[in-house]
Amino acid sequence: MRYLPLTRADRASMLETIGAPSVDALYSDVPDGALLSDPVDLPHHLGELQVEREMAKLAAKNIGTVSVPSFLGAGAYSHHVPATVDYIIQRGEFLTAYTPYQPEIAQGTLQYLFEFQTQVASITGMDVANASMWDGATSCAEAVLMACRATRRKKAVLSGGLHPHYREVTETYCQYSDTKVAGRDGHPEKQATANELDDLIDDQTACVVVQYPDVFGRIQDHTKLADACHAKGALLIVVFTEAMAFGAVKSPGSFGADIVCGEGQSIGNNLNYGGPYVGLFATTSKLVRQMPGRLCGETVDQDGKRGFVLTLSTREQHIRREKATSNICTNSGLCSLAFTVHMSLLGEDGYRGVATLNHETACKTADAIDAVAGAEVLNDSFFNEFTVKLSKPAAEVVEALVAKGVLGGVPLSRLYPNRDDLDHYLLVAATETNTDEDIADFASALKEVLA
Amino acid sequence: MSFTTHTGNRGLVLEEKLIFEQGEAGRCGVDLPKPAGIKSRLGGLDRDSDVGLPGLSEPQVVRHFTRLSQKNFGIDSGFFPLGSCTMKHNPRLNEKVARFSGLADLHPMQPESTVQGALELIDQCAHWLLVLTGMPAIAMSPASGAQGELCGMMAIRAALDARGENRRRVLVPESAHGTNPATAAACGFTVDMIPATEEGRVDLAAFEAKLGDDVAGIMLTNPNTCGLFERDVRKIADLVHAAGGYFYCDGANFNAIVGRVRPADLGIDAMHINLHKTFSTPHGGGGPGSGPVVFSDALAPFAPIPYVVKTTDGFKLVETADEKDGTKPFGRLKGFHGQMGMFIRALAYMKSHGADGLRQVSGDAVLNANYLLARLKDKLSVAFPGYCMHEALFDDRFLKDTGVSTLDLAKAIIDEGFHPMTMYFPLVVHGALLIEPTETETKESIDQFCDAVLSLVAKAQAGDAEFFKNAPYLTPRRRLDETAAARKPVLRWMPETV
Amino acid sequence: MAKKFSQEHEWVELEDGIATVGITDYAQQSLGDIVYVELPEVGKKLVKDGDAAVVESVKAASDVYAPLDGVVVEANEDLDVNPALVNESAETDGWFFRMELSDASQLDELMDEAAYKDFVEGL
Repeated sequence: MRYLPLTRADRASMLETIGAPSVDALYSDVPDGALLSDPVDLPHHLGELQVEREMAKLAAKNIGTVSVPSFLGAGAYSHHVPATVDYIIQRGEFLTAYTPYQPEIAQGTLQYLFEFQTQVASITGMDVANASMWDGATSCAEAVLMACRATRRKKAVLSGGLHPHYREVTETYCQYSDTKVAGRDGHPEKQATANELDDLIDDQTACVVVQYPDVFGRIQDHTKLADACHAKGALLIVVFTEAMAFGAVKSPGSFGADIVCGEGQSIGNNLNYGGPYVGLFATTSKLVRQMPGRLCGETVDQDGKRGFVLTLSTREQHIRREKATSNICTNSGLCSLAFTVHMSLLGEDGYRGVATLNHETACKTADAIDAVAGAEVLNDSFFNEFTVKLSKPAAEVVEALVAKGVLGGVPLSRLYPNRDDLDHYLLVAATETNTDEDIADFASALKEVLA
Repeated sequence: MSFTTHTGNRGLVLEEKLIFEQGEAGRCGVDLPKPAGIKSRLGGLDRDSDVGLPGLSEPQVVRHFTRLSQKNFGIDSGFFPLGSCTMKHNPRLNEKVARFSGLADLHPMQPESTVQGALELIDQCAHWLLVLTGMPAIAMSPASGAQGELCGMMAIRAALDARGENRRRVLVPESAHGTNPATAAACGFTVDMIPATEEGRVDLAAFEAKLGDDVAGIMLTNPNTCGLFERDVRKIADLVHAAGGYFYCDGANFNAIVGRVRPADLGIDAMHINLHKTFSTPHGGGGPGSGPVVFSDALAPFAPIPYVVKTTDGFKLVETADEKDGTKPFGRLKGFHGQMGMFIRALAYMKSHGADGLRQVSGDAVLNANYLLARLKDKLSVAFPGYCMHEALFDDRFLKDTGVSTLDLAKAIIDEGFHPMTMYFPLVVHGALLIEPTETETKESIDQFCDAVLSLVAKAQAGDAEFFKNAPYLTPRRRLDETAAARKPVLRWMPETV
Repeated sequence: MAKKFSQEHEWVELEDGIATVGITDYAQQSLGDIVYVELPEVGKKLVKDGDAAVVESVKAASDVYAPLDGVVVEANEDLDVNPALVNESAETDGWFFRMELSDASQLDELMDEAAYKDFVEGL
């Protein structure tokens, strides 16, 4: 077997050194009958070529987003990832390293994490960011738990504009910790007002969670909401699903948010059918010790040279055990490296430039869709995603579009399976990857489907 | 010969500033078309200030991260016997297939009809894991081992709630990984520690004495964190079941038994599998991992959404609780369906090895660890007697009166060109050294490591403590001041204020 | 009043009805370099042997228990800026918090300096 270097002779001489008659003898503690004498009922080993072919066959049964015009968003976005990103993350010294527990031989990982933390803090407009979480939804849940710790309160208020999966994950995380989750149901035709959540914020409220831009694509100023939260001693958590947006819109930090967290997939990471992604998590200096997850900090070595280490570890499970701020152990290392490399390539001009391109492409798409009979774009404001009201159920429309070779958005019924008032709404995202031809194909296919 | 260079570089060891210290306005590493100048519809919230990102060209970025990579030690660099982490070879075939466009460029919200291959792949990966563990059900979505634990313990909590029982005490051995108590606490349980015997296993009498009608279950790592098989595991399972509780098995050390022992035959109710350990997906400097959880029939109905089912109409993705009768999912753990990229890699690995090869994996892993144990046991102090499983545990008695600590020894091992073993874990052993060679190491590399360790031990015992206190000497950075880092945390770069 | 000591290595000094609490020199030595102290809020009610503060070194976090019942009236803000004070002068400038006692007679249950010294030597 190509991954196993021991030879028959090695095994024999090693057993002799150990003084054991056989490998099975090393398993003498396994209870009677539980040690299998034969391989389990699965296929036997295959060469590289055969495995590659089997995997290629599975891949061929899918329609990838790059092979057809694709307008899918709802928490995951198709962006161009420069070739450099994949080259760097496949370097073995990054790919096959462990969590940087030995900083003397992990300065590569630690320095990029420090750069990553700085980039995330910069785009969100916050003081500090951690070394990443598993994804946007778990970041949101962890943010709520953090707010509960920081305020010593047990109630979270979730805005109706929050992605329903984020809401479900948050509810799942809170359900066994006596944390009450309240909130409003969102609707794409009912624009939330700045103070619609005010009556839910009371002296027991730990935090209010809003999404920016919201799940329907709308962009709203949350400064007043931040004030309302702070007046009651609650924290404002601003969640995002599209990290590219902050190249075009004001940062959540400018509203006075206390925690800003969300999905970083858009930058550097493929769609990967939903994972692995990278959760971004930023907060104020004041709250840093309540933060979950790994943190990298600057220091000096014995010779006085600048270096980096994991720091403030006493918040974490391996030290605090049942009193830890979270049970999270790792971060999303390689995905955060992909983010860092992509963001380094973009820089100020590239980040803001590609954000502008996204917005312009979305504007063109919105205009083209809105011109189709039976389709109405609902958003006054959006970044690269908006909601369309259709004359037919959106799920059927999406299936019919597939037959015409277009991946035409996410029906709200998929995100809200228990809400039958949302059947006719379609969430459409457009990014810099969509060409004018894609937009035209989409609009004409939609026209045929809705006719 | 020792001298300082003008640049601070030392041959191939190149100093590298932060990207923020090398940027120039006007430089960019991507080429973009000019904007069309469409009037924005951003609700009046157009960004009106700089983000503060540096501008670098592509060659600068490539060089920057290449230089950073050269300050890292990975499995590709050398022997990496970090106990409990299973740092085995990460095959490049896995990386190649995970990048097939038909797998990497799939959006999680595509219609099912366009992702039948992806759903089939998840189903196949699940099937392999189910057969290898002998269990009837699986949740594929947990993002990591820690989230797998959360998944398993939430299912237990949901099952207890469904039974209308208010059991809140979870028994956890003292040797457990820190995520175990942290997870139990996150599910609203209280943690009750079970002591270990002098043989490094669960103290059965103490365990039995702690059982009662308030016990929700036990979280037991098997093989345990001391690298030993819990020989009373079946008795433990029977006792906890008889007391009305569940058996959560931490599967972090599955690599020792994969293909040889099925956890189902040991009486478990739930177990997470770290695909990044046993199934060779890369650790990536701290993730992403993946932690599918297998369930017994008792817990299966409570598994989280979403999950894949095979129907006569092809594969379906169940994303909501009431699509199927009889299930009571405890909720959702992740934004989408799980770490697909890791399923692809793990499946490629499992197919490569096959049922026969996976048996060889665990056998060689255990053989390598016992060989290493045999080579070191006379000069180091073995924590517990007998054969080990996939990793060998030592305590620091052999360093007594040398003035050298486990940490000092580990730092000297770095200069010898190895990644050190896990130190100070498990906590049940003083100054623990946990060494896991994995099956992908040659006898030669284990011999070289053992020879190096033995020479260092001799040096320590000969009274050269000062040498160890200052190690490592040859690394890009020497020991770092962690106290200063924690007292006045500097967690990001800031522009110098004039 | 002379200092009193608990088995959890806290010291208490009563002056004008207000008790000053800190950790002992022995405790700071065993903890190593202190990097952070999480202090109780003013107004917090403390219960004898309940959690009162957390003291952190690089690799460990230890709970500090209230040696007596009472209400916190002041926390040592100098420790926020300079946690090293605990290492430098654990039993003077490195105090943690001051409390108003609910039951001063609980002081009698604590050790005097000589008894604490014997206690530490016995560890």
